[in-house]
Amino acid sequence: MQLVIRYLPVAIFFLVWEIVTVTGLVSRQLLPGLEVIFSAFVGLVASGEFLFSAYKSLTRAAAGLGAAIVLGILIGLFMATNRIFLWLINPIVRIFYPMPKSALIPLVMIWFGLGDSSKVFLIFLGCLLPVIISTYNGARGVGQVLLWSASSLGASRFEILREVILPAALPDILAGCRTALAFSFILMVSSEFVIAKDGLGFLIGTLGDGGNYPAMFAVILAVAGIGFAADRLYAAFAASRLHWKEQS
Amino acid sequence: MSALEAGHVRPAARSGPRFGTGLLVQTGVLLALFALWEASTRLGLAHPFLLPPLSDVLVRLYQDAIGGAVFVDLGLTLYRALTGFLIAAALGIPLGILMARTKFFGWFFEPLISIGFPMPKVAFVPIFILWFDIYDTSKIIMVVFSCFFPIVMATHAGTKNVDKWPLWSARALGTKESRLLWEVILPLASPQILTGLQIALPVGMITTVVTEMLMGGRGVGGAMIQAGRFADSVGVFAGIIEIALLGMLVIRGLELIRARLLIWHPEARH
Repeated sequence: MQLVIRYLPVAIFFLVWEIVTVTGLVSRQLLPGLEVIFSAFVGLVASGEFLFSAYKSLTRAAAGLGAAIVLGILIGLFMATNRIFLWLINPIVRIFYPMPKSALIPLVMIWFGLGDSSKVFLIFLGCLLPVIISTYNGARGVGQVLLWSASSLGASRFEILREVILPAALPDILAGCRTALAFSFILMVSSEFVIAKDGLGFLIGTLGDGGNYPAMFAVILAVAGIGFAADRLYAAFAASRLHWKEQS
Repeated sequence: MSALEAGHVRPAARSGPRFGTGLLVQTGVLLALFALWEASTRLGLAHPFLLPPLSDVLVRLYQDAIGGAVFVDLGLTLYRALTGFLIAAALGIPLGILMARTKFFGWFFEPLISIGFPMPKVAFVPIFILWFDIYDTSKIIMVVFSCFFPIVMATHAGTKNVDKWPLWSARALGTKESRLLWEVILPLASPQILTGLQIALPVGMITTVVTEMLMGGRGVGGAMIQAGRFADSVGVFAGIIEIALLGMLVIRGLELIRARLLIWHPEARH
């Protein structure tokens, strides 16, 4: 019952949508009815078009994001523990961080063409910086006392990194990865709009160009839903990794 | 589980580590990188189409600046990004406060906002093209749409989590409910509201550039995608430098505004 009350506004939102289209207050060309969108979606799934595009897009996002998380955590940890490394990497991070990463779309187009690699590389670059910065900030904030105790107990540098710094920085790292997850979806869709031969963004673009608006709305809503589900799943995963941390 | 509970809003978008003792070394690293870029293209190690010499890119930037094209494109991009961002703030901050302060708004908007927040908003660009065409209105509305959610989330969380002791003290001292908002709640929530704005601004910049690339017309995004389609790699690199400088300018600007507004706050002492 509580759940019903809580999500009632979402039902109201869709109800208003339905009323507006059924009564013709808004042209059906501009806003297709929900049942039309749903049947268009069923059609896209049945023809396999949707699943193929989703597979192409999500593997790209996963490849770019995965590489960014692994490399970003390593770079961030090294920046926090090694001053020479910090001096070498910090200027590059400072220059690239405020740049809107979508500006790199024409560049990856020139470098890698229309295939998978251009999108994977763009997603990788876009997701790398939030992971580096959050890891660095988290690892830098580890208390000196913890580090001193660990080394006085005979822990080696590598052991300190793995057993003390990494767990202590974990909350920041997990938050950075969540930002990166959001970026990966943004960059995936926008790069596929501009440069692609397949994928969800490309599918949305072709459906829109062909004037098949119900199907276009269906894919857009599906992408939004996948993005939402990915964020929720990640949040649950992050919470389970942090169960040892006291709630403050 | 409420997704709007504390801790759900992403942490402050800090612009990374600051220059410290190694300032000289770090400037040296950058200069060395630029020298390496120039040398590798001059010596033929990198294909000049894939990586045009830095000097060519700078010459192009200079020529475009003399001709005024740079300023028209940068100005339009900045105008769209900032207008969208400010409209989103003007709508999002009051809504976030209302959601935290009144039961009805909280009940109605909380699920909608928490569902809308993690969605990749760029996916909706074709819908906005369908509704509002491809000109400024459409681009700005798209920026508003993508900046709106992080601002509402942060404002709602910040206003809701205001400490009860200052509120009680103010009431005990006879502060009227209407003044409580301006005198106590807003100042105490302002760090989190500003954090929300700092998350929204880069998102707004990304969205502006993408909508310009998709809808065409003038603006840095449109100019860059045209350069890319004509295989003008010097133009692409010039665009990247322009947009990087613009991004740095607005993000640094918002950091300065935060430092100025929160001069009374403990965080300013760091």
